[in-house]
Amino acid sequence: MKIEARFLLFISAFCAVTGFIFWAVGLAHGYVTITSGGTIMLCACALLGLLPGGYYLWWSRRMTPRAEDDPTATVERGAGVVGTFPSTSIWPFVLGMGAAMVALALVFGFWTAIFGFFLAISAVVGVIVESRRGGLI
Amino acid sequence: MTLLAERPAIVGEPREPEHEHGPTGILKWLTSTDHKVIGKSYLITSFVFFCIAGLMAVVMRTQLASPDSTLVSQHLYNELFTMHGSLMLYLFAGPFAFGGLANYIVPLQVGAPDMAFPRLNALSYWLYLSGGITMMGGFLVVGGAADFGWVAYAPLSNAVNSAGAGPDMWIVALVLTGFSAIFTGVNIVTTVFYLRAPGMTMFRVPIFTWNMVVTAILILIAFPVLTAALVMLWADRHLGTHIYTVSGGGVPVLWQNLFWFFGHPEVYILALPYFGIVTDVLPVFSRKPLFGYRGMVFATISIGALSTAVWAHHMFTTGVVLLPFFSLMSYLIAVPTGIKFFNWIGTMWRGSLKFDTPMLFAVGFLIVFLFGGVTGIFLASPPIDFATHDTYFVVAHFHEVLFGSAVFAGFAGIYYWYPKITGRMMNERLGKASFWFMFIGFWITFMPQYLLGLHGMPRRIAEYSSASGWTSLNRVSTFGAYLLFFSVAIMCVNFWQSWRRPVPAGSNPWDAGTLEWATTSPPPHHNFYSIPPIRSERPVWDANHPEHKALPSHAERAAKRRLIARPEVDLLGESELHL
Repeated sequence: MKIEARFLLFISAFCAVTGFIFWAVGLAHGYVTITSGGTIMLCACALLGLLPGGYYLWWSRRMTPRAEDDPTATVERGAGVVGTFPSTSIWPFVLGMGAAMVALALVFGFWTAIFGFFLAISAVVGVIVESRRGGLI
Repeated sequence: MTLLAERPAIVGEPREPEHEHGPTGILKWLTSTDHKVIGKSYLITSFVFFCIAGLMAVVMRTQLASPDSTLVSQHLYNELFTMHGSLMLYLFAGPFAFGGLANYIVPLQVGAPDMAFPRLNALSYWLYLSGGITMMGGFLVVGGAADFGWVAYAPLSNAVNSAGAGPDMWIVALVLTGFSAIFTGVNIVTTVFYLRAPGMTMFRVPIFTWNMVVTAILILIAFPVLTAALVMLWADRHLGTHIYTVSGGGVPVLWQNLFWFFGHPEVYILALPYFGIVTDVLPVFSRKPLFGYRGMVFATISIGALSTAVWAHHMFTTGVVLLPFFSLMSYLIAVPTGIKFFNWIGTMWRGSLKFDTPMLFAVGFLIVFLFGGVTGIFLASPPIDFATHDTYFVVAHFHEVLFGSAVFAGFAGIYYWYPKITGRMMNERLGKASFWFMFIGFWITFMPQYLLGLHGMPRRIAEYSSASGWTSLNRVSTFGAYLLFFSVAIMCVNFWQSWRRPVPAGSNPWDAGTLEWATTSPPPHHNFYSIPPIRSERPVWDANHPEHKALPSHAERAAKRRLIARPEVDLLGESELHL
């Protein structure tokens, strides 16, 4: 887990340092108003790496070491259930079509969004029911 | 039916095969959440978009083959180059590698039973498909498809200069495919961070998977910015806001800043997955381990990080960017790319090279991308950029970069993983013919465009006069484009032949070393019957060639040093180590 955390924190640190240099160079050239958008975006990138990276680092010191981080782990250590994976489901398709129809309302007007929301909400209900009792198809 | 995926317990003793009682045919396509089915859907869909966009390019080259040509109207020409760029970048190059190959190969390479969020993965595909259909639907509405170039610069893209539903459909399509990419990015990061097999440490993960992780982070950085910029563009067009218009106090160049803050990471989102393909192909056909694994990982991360800070090198001529900052950052990106080239050549150096079709395409990529990269270094210099901006020089440059990665390396990936995905071999002779037509056609198409750019031919023009002196070079370039078309046609014949007359591939036809070759071709439901012990970055090679001792990993070497220094402390248990 530590390598994953360091990877994200490196991206974060790079963007923070670059953002600062960018802001400082812009200040020196009198370009601050024009470059402010870039500075903000680089700061946001720094946060994007900092939040998950910091969480992983915090967590990696408290968790028991995982078999996938141990270079000498044997395959037997990972035996057993990995997780639950839904096999087939119609609801991603319904949700995708619903989202597309909601988005198309930006072009063709409000009426496509009505169908779209109907599909999307039924898909959300469908996914929840499916997760509880194990699938429809 | 929710299934519990289990890992096989004991090496060499296969687990009971899981029989999937799922639907077949079109219902399987609609309902499957298996990463292999979704990956194949992505591959086929994006290849169709590639062919459509390629045909558009052929029409455009035919138009430009003679001066004052009237094959297509100027308006249609604008639509064609816009949709060619949009299809190739948003619907082919990204989704083919990141949606298709990554989806199929990454869980196999890390030893996972599926992607971390299978239903989210399926949703990504449906958003991508509906976005693609929406974009193509622009041709069917009054006024035609979007015609402001794939970059949609303000104020050209506002409601006055680009009226009609076509541009709106383009905006909506990009919002949909943007969300699709973001969801796939989240899925890949989670899969690689949480679903690796025991012993598959981050520094044993194949470089292809590493590159996909870095690409996923870049997608999470870049695509939200694009979506936000597009929503603001839509608001400008329909709600009367003045974000990108001078008249209401807005700043048109803000669009360029936002777009390229997405657009330059996007270039690496398109390139890094293909670097990963080449990095996986070269060691297999050189029959050597990868030279400089860690250097490769750090180079990839550096490219990813630097690509967030070079966006304004597309905007040198606007006069409102920090030239020294962006020029320096653009030059810096050549360093990690150079490390990658050094390592690729180091991998091939004194290997016993086998020039099968994937290797040919990979070597073709090296040559083509090198030229694209070197002209990129030219363009990072503001004086040269001022002279060649918006000319065919830039067109030739980015086609060398993107055609080099997306098509040469992409086709290397197709030929390399096709046996794994389908269980069938492709015809070597047709594959090699396809390569040579493509390689020769490529240079004939794009070398004249460099010269045309230096002679001052602007990009995105539908007609030129015969007095300009550009006719003969354009004609040569068009001839090359026909060769490229022919090469892809040969490839399609190859698909057809492998479909009609299958040649079984076996689980590991290339004698490759990464984990996806440990399972059957095509892999079973939940991927693995048994996983070999993972002691290096090529566990399958170690299992198949016990006579070649695995190189000790960095951690093992460190443990050995500790053991030698303090023999009374056996940290890891000596019996566990292959010292």
